[in-house]
Amino acid sequence: MAFFGWFSKEKKEDLDKGLEKTKQSFFSKIARVLVGKSKVDSEVLDNLEEILISSDVGVETTLKIIERIEARVSRDKVLGTDELNNVLREEIAALLEENNALNLNGFDLPKHDGNPHVIMVVGVNGVGKTTTIGKLAHQFKKANQKVVLGAADTFRAAAVDQLIIWSERVGVPIVQQGMGADPASVAFDALQSAKAQNADVVIIDTAGRLHNKINLMNELGKIKRVMEKVIPGAPHEILLVLDGSTGQNAFEQAKQFSLATDINALAITKLDGTAKGGVVIGISDQMKIPVKYIGIGEGIDDLQIFDKNQFVDSLFS
Amino acid sequence: MFENLTDKFERAFKVLKGHGQISEINVAETLKEVRKALLDADVNFKTAKEFTNTVKEKALGRDVLTTVSPGQLMTKICHEELVELMGGNEVEINLKGNPGIVLMSGLQGSGKTTFTGKLGNYLKTKKGKKVLLVACDVYRPAAIDQLHVLGEQLSIDVYSNKEEKNPVKIAQDAIVHARSNGFNVVIVDTAGRLAIDEQMMDEIARVKEAINPSETLFVVDSMTGQDAVNTAKAFNEKINFDGVVLTKLDGDTRGGAALTIKTVVDKPIKFVGTGEKMDALDVFYPKRMADRILGMGDVVSLVELAQEHYNEEEARKLQKKISKDQFDFNDFLAQLQQVKKMGNVKDLMGMIPGMGKAMKDVEIKDDAFKHLEAIITSMTPHERANPGLINVQRKNRIAAGSGTNIQEVNKLMKQFEDTKKMMKMMSNPKNMMQMMKQMKNMPGGMPGM
Repeated sequence: MAFFGWFSKEKKEDLDKGLEKTKQSFFSKIARVLVGKSKVDSEVLDNLEEILISSDVGVETTLKIIERIEARVSRDKVLGTDELNNVLREEIAALLEENNALNLNGFDLPKHDGNPHVIMVVGVNGVGKTTTIGKLAHQFKKANQKVVLGAADTFRAAAVDQLIIWSERVGVPIVQQGMGADPASVAFDALQSAKAQNADVVIIDTAGRLHNKINLMNELGKIKRVMEKVIPGAPHEILLVLDGSTGQNAFEQAKQFSLATDINALAITKLDGTAKGGVVIGISDQMKIPVKYIGIGEGIDDLQIFDKNQFVDSLFS
Repeated sequence: MFENLTDKFERAFKVLKGHGQISEINVAETLKEVRKALLDADVNFKTAKEFTNTVKEKALGRDVLTTVSPGQLMTKICHEELVELMGGNEVEINLKGNPGIVLMSGLQGSGKTTFTGKLGNYLKTKKGKKVLLVACDVYRPAAIDQLHVLGEQLSIDVYSNKEEKNPVKIAQDAIVHARSNGFNVVIVDTAGRLAIDEQMMDEIARVKEAINPSETLFVVDSMTGQDAVNTAKAFNEKINFDGVVLTKLDGDTRGGAALTIKTVVDKPIKFVGTGEKMDALDVFYPKRMADRILGMGDVVSLVELAQEHYNEEEARKLQKKISKDQFDFNDFLAQLQQVKKMGNVKDLMGMIPGMGKAMKDVEIKDDAFKHLEAIITSMTPHERANPGLINVQRKNRIAAGSGTNIQEVNKLMKQFEDTKKMMKMMSNPKNMMQMMKQMKNMPGGMPGM
C-alpha cells in the first residue's frame, strides 16, 4: 500500500501490537452492537455513541461522527451493518485528514542556516516528557543526526539525573547545571554548546507544569525568549506531550499551553496501555496542531511518527 | 477545583428556573445537560447514565414540594446522589502493625513517588510517626534518586539498594531494617505499571504477598479519562487495594474519576494531592467535594486550614494592641506572613462559597505580598513601631531601599491604616454583626440555598 510511506513492515507490526488492546475492545464492542441487526438504526447509533465516548473521543467529536453517519443513512436510505465498519473508518479517517498534517519523512530534520533544529518539550506533570526525549534522541541518533540534550527540568526531584541516564543510554551529550538552576540559563547554555559542536538537533526538557498555573506557564515564554537570542527562530518546534490515558482535560491542556507558548506539535504517550487511543481522534479533530509522535511501549524504540492513515488502518484492519 | 462541573450544573439548573414543578419534560432537558456535564468531566459513561436515572426517579417522586424551586430541589437531589456516589463516610488510613506498612501502586506518571514523599511528611508531622520510605522502583531512570532527594528535603529516612534488582527482596529487607531501627511506618514506593502488563502486575502482587501491608493505595491521576475505571478494576482484582489516592487535583475543572472509581471498585478515596509542595496533601471528604461541585464552597476545609496556622497566643497579644490602638507595622508584617502561610491565596478564596466561580479567571500571584514585605522591611525598627513618624523624607528613603517608588509606599501606608481601622471595628462584637449584615447584602454574595 502506497500510503505506508517510510513505514517498514516491522514498524507496522509494532504499531499493530501496541494498539491491539484498542482494536480488540473497539471491535468486540462494535460486534456486540450489531448482534441481531441487519441495518443501522437509532439503537445502533446510540450504542455507537457509547463506544466512542467510552473511548475518550469526546462528546463533540462523537456527535460529529454520529451526525455524519446519520446523514449517510438518510442519503443512502439504508445502511447495512456490514457496511458500518467501512463507513466508520472513512469518517474517522476524514476527521483526521482534515487536520493540517506536517509532511514528515522519518526523523529527518529541517535546516536552519547551519544552526541546529531546536525542540522544546513541554507538558503537565507525569505525561512522559523525559522518556519521550530519551526515545526521540535515540531515533535521531539512529538517523545519523548529532543530538544534544538540555536538562531544563531543574525542579522535580532527580529529573536531571533521569535525563543524564537517558543521555548515557543513548550515547548523546547533555548540558546541565544541576537541580535548582535557572531553566532559561540551562537552555541558553545547551543551545550555545550545540552550536559550537555543530549539532543537528537540540532537545530541551522542561519541568512538568499544570496548565492553570499562570506563573509557571509564563516561565515557558522566558525560556523561549532566551533561546531566540542564541539561535534566531528557536525553538523551531515546541512539542506538547499529552498522556494518552488523559480524558477531556487533554483538550484544555492543549489550549492553555498554546496560549502560553507557540505549540506546533503534539506527542501522545502511553498509547499501548489505554484501551482507547480515541483521544487522538478527538484532538486531531479539534486542535489545529498536528499530532507528530506517538509512544506505544516502554522500549527505547517504541516511539513513532504519527501517520494518520497508518493509525486508522491499525484500528480497522 | 471542579469549577467547570459546577458551572455546567449551574447552567443546567438554569433551564429549570421559571418552572413551578418538576415534570417529565423539564427534568429530561436538565438531565441531558447534567449527563453531558458529567461526560465532559470524564465521568464514566455508565456511571453518568446511572446517576441521571437515579436523579430522575428521585426528582419525579418529589415534585409535590411547593416551598422550594425545582432548581433547588434538583440541586439537593444531585448533591445527595453525588455524596453517595463518592463514597459516603470518610475512611482513615490503616497503620496497624509494627511497623505499619503502606504499599503504593499505580500507572506511570500518576504521581506515586511525589505522593510517597507527601504521605511520609503527613504521617511524620501530623501523626508523629517515625517514617521510612522504601525505593522499589528499580526500572525508571533516577526513580530511586528522586525518593532520596524528597527524603532529604523532608528529613525522612529512605531505604534503597541499587545493587538489588528484585523489588520483593528490597521491600522485605526494608521491613527488617525498619523493625530493628524502630520505625513505626514503612511506605513502599513501586514502579509505575500498566494494568495489561501481566509480568509487572504479578510482580506487585508478589511484593504485596511478601510484606503483607496494612494499607495498599492505588494512585490515580485525576485527569484520567474513561479508562480510569478499567485500570482501577484491573489493579483491584490483582492486589485488592484498600484505598485510592487522587493526584493533581490542583489542575482544573475535571475529576470525573473521583465520581466513578468508588462506584466501580467499591473502595474509598482516601487522599488527594493538590500541589507540588510537600504539604499539598488533603484527606478526601466526599461530602465536601460534593459541596464543591455544586458551588457551595468548602467552608469546613477553609476553617481547618485557618485553625492550623492560627496561633492563639499571638492573636491575644494582637487583640490587646488593637484595642489600645498600638497596631504597628511589625504586626502588619506578621499578619501578611500569617496569610502567606495559609497557602496560595487563590486556593483559599476558592473555598469560600460563591467565590469559586468568580475566582476562575483571576490569578493571584504567590508573591503578591513581596513588594509589601520589601517596603516594610526597608523601614527602621523605630519606624515600624511608630508609623506616625514616617514623613515624606523617610518615605523617599524607604522607596529607594525597597526598590519601589513613593506611590507604592503611600499605597501601603493607606492599606495599613485601613487594616488598622477594620481590625478595630472587628474587635467590637457589635460592629462585627453590622459587617456581617453588610456582607449578606452584597450583590452575588451568598448562594441562595
